[in-house]
Amino acid sequence: MKIKSLRYIVNQGFTSVWKNRTMSLASVASVTATLVVLGLIIILVLNINNMAKLAQVQFETIQVFLKDELPLEDISDIGKQIDDIDGVKSTMYESKEKALQNLINRWGEQGHLLEYLEENPLPNSYIIYLDSIEGAHGVVYELEKIAGIDDIKYYKEIVDVLIRIASFIRNIGLALILALIVITIFIIVNTIKITLNARRQEITIMKHVGATDWFIRCPLIIEGIVLGLIGALLSVAIVHYGYYHFYNMMLTRFTVMFSIYMISVEEMLSRILIMFTIIGAGVGALGSILAIRRYLRV
Amino acid sequence: MIEMQNVCKTYKKEVRALFNIDIKIEKGEFVFLVGPSGAGKTTFSKLVLKEENPDSGKIYFGGEDVTRLPRRKIPYLRRDIGVVFQDFRLLPNKNVYENIAFAMNIVEASAKEIRRRVPMVLAMVGLSSRAGNLPHELSGGEKQRVSIARAIVNNPSLLIADEPTGNLDPETAWEIMKVLRQVNRRGTTVLMSTHAKDIVDIMQKRVIALENGKIARDEIKGAYGYED
Ligand SMILES: Nc1ncnc2c1ncn2[C@@H]1O[C@H](COP(=O)(O)OP(=O)(O)OP(=O)(O)O)[C@@H](O)[C@H]1O
Ligand SMILES: [Mg+2]
Repeated sequence: MKIKSLRYIVNQGFTSVWKNRTMSLASVASVTATLVVLGLIIILVLNINNMAKLAQVQFETIQVFLKDELPLEDISDIGKQIDDIDGVKSTMYESKEKALQNLINRWGEQGHLLEYLEENPLPNSYIIYLDSIEGAHGVVYELEKIAGIDDIKYYKEIVDVLIRIASFIRNIGLALILALIVITIFIIVNTIKITLNARRQEITIMKHVGATDWFIRCPLIIEGIVLGLIGALLSVAIVHYGYYHFYNMMLTRFTVMFSIYMISVEEMLSRILIMFTIIGAGVGALGSILAIRRYLRV
Repeated sequence: MIEMQNVCKTYKKEVRALFNIDIKIEKGEFVFLVGPSGAGKTTFSKLVLKEENPDSGKIYFGGEDVTRLPRRKIPYLRRDIGVVFQDFRLLPNKNVYENIAFAMNIVEASAKEIRRRVPMVLAMVGLSSRAGNLPHELSGGEKQRVSIARAIVNNPSLLIADEPTGNLDPETAWEIMKVLRQVNRRGTTVLMSTHAKDIVDIMQKRVIALENGKIARDEIKGAYGYED
């Protein structure tokens, strides 16, 4: 393939997009809408998965919060009772002062905000290390019998719920995306069909003069890819700015804690940019190829 | 150049377009294809171009069996055959020069080659001064000359003209015939379907007459043979 032919082909592809503005716009809008929805789903799923993953680090632990104002001997007695439970490897006492210090450290730059609290709202707790995750249920059952325990924080459940939510959203989202992609391809097929009809005469002449199949098809495929790519870039812009504002809103409206669990704006951008570009170009090319197979007998 | 052996072609079972055609056309010949409407003239051309495939029989072009040509090689067969139609088939938004250059772009000719060949064929059909005009600014005869220029710009060994003078008045038709004769003199085989009695009678070339899909006549210096 020579440079000149390549230029002709690419030119043809772009020219058609412009000549065929109304349908091109519909195609681009459809690609954009589909990918924006995909973006929303990705944002939800990735963030929830991220939370689950962070929580999973503490998977093999159970934290029990003790009632306030418990005398020290009661606290150590509770510790012994916990140690006696089957499946408990070890326990670690975390006083409310230690807990606050940990939280200050975890908040990092914003940690100093916590130093001005009038009274420490955090409870004393035991962190329980388990022999295995499987034993978690049994241990929790035994813990519930012990007096003086206010609350049991059992991460496995949280993790499970998060993972279930994420996979639910992912499944619903997948079905939705597939439906949207089918609609998008349908619109692109029709856009290319219009180009095909507009260029019917030209294509007939091309065939008579001995143009190879790829020479006739390529401009149409390029047209589809261009439509897909424009749609993809628009959706990347929309999703990126949308997430940027959402992220900042979470940061300012709620506690900084959220930012630990959320995927950063940059990482989100890098994830969707390549993915959307590929999907956009792919959907565009697929639409063209289907249109060509259906309406162009070269 | 072209050889058909026992070629049959039916459209949709019922319509028998060509039946048991045996014919040989040599390189450099000028052949008229005549016969009543629906006799199979256009079908004949389409078989040579592999736009249609025969039901049975063999078709050779330049020694190669066209019937067994794989799909991807069809473009290369067509590059060696120029085609001219009754309705010119020029691209309305391209000027004369571009219409001709288009045919060269498609076969990926170099820019240099295009700059050399296009003015040459324009001169040959006598349209050098009209290079910048759009088709709608041309007369019918001029349009047909552009379409001939386009058909020969890639130097094909065969030129198929399907009723090239069908839309033209007699005088203009003769201009076209002169161009075709000149193309033929330069060594290109010409196969022309026509209903123009005068032209066939005066040109004194080989005449193949088709009737109901069969060869009714094949004369060396033939006449049209039908009343208008
Ligand atoms: N695509 C097609 N489908 C069905 N029948 C066809 C098709 N093309 C041609 N035919 C039939 O085949 C027969 C031969 O047609 P063809 O076009 O070859 O005739 P022709 O000699 O070129 O006629 P004319 O002088 O009017 O151009 C006719 O009966 C025509 O109706
Ligand atoms: Mg005909």
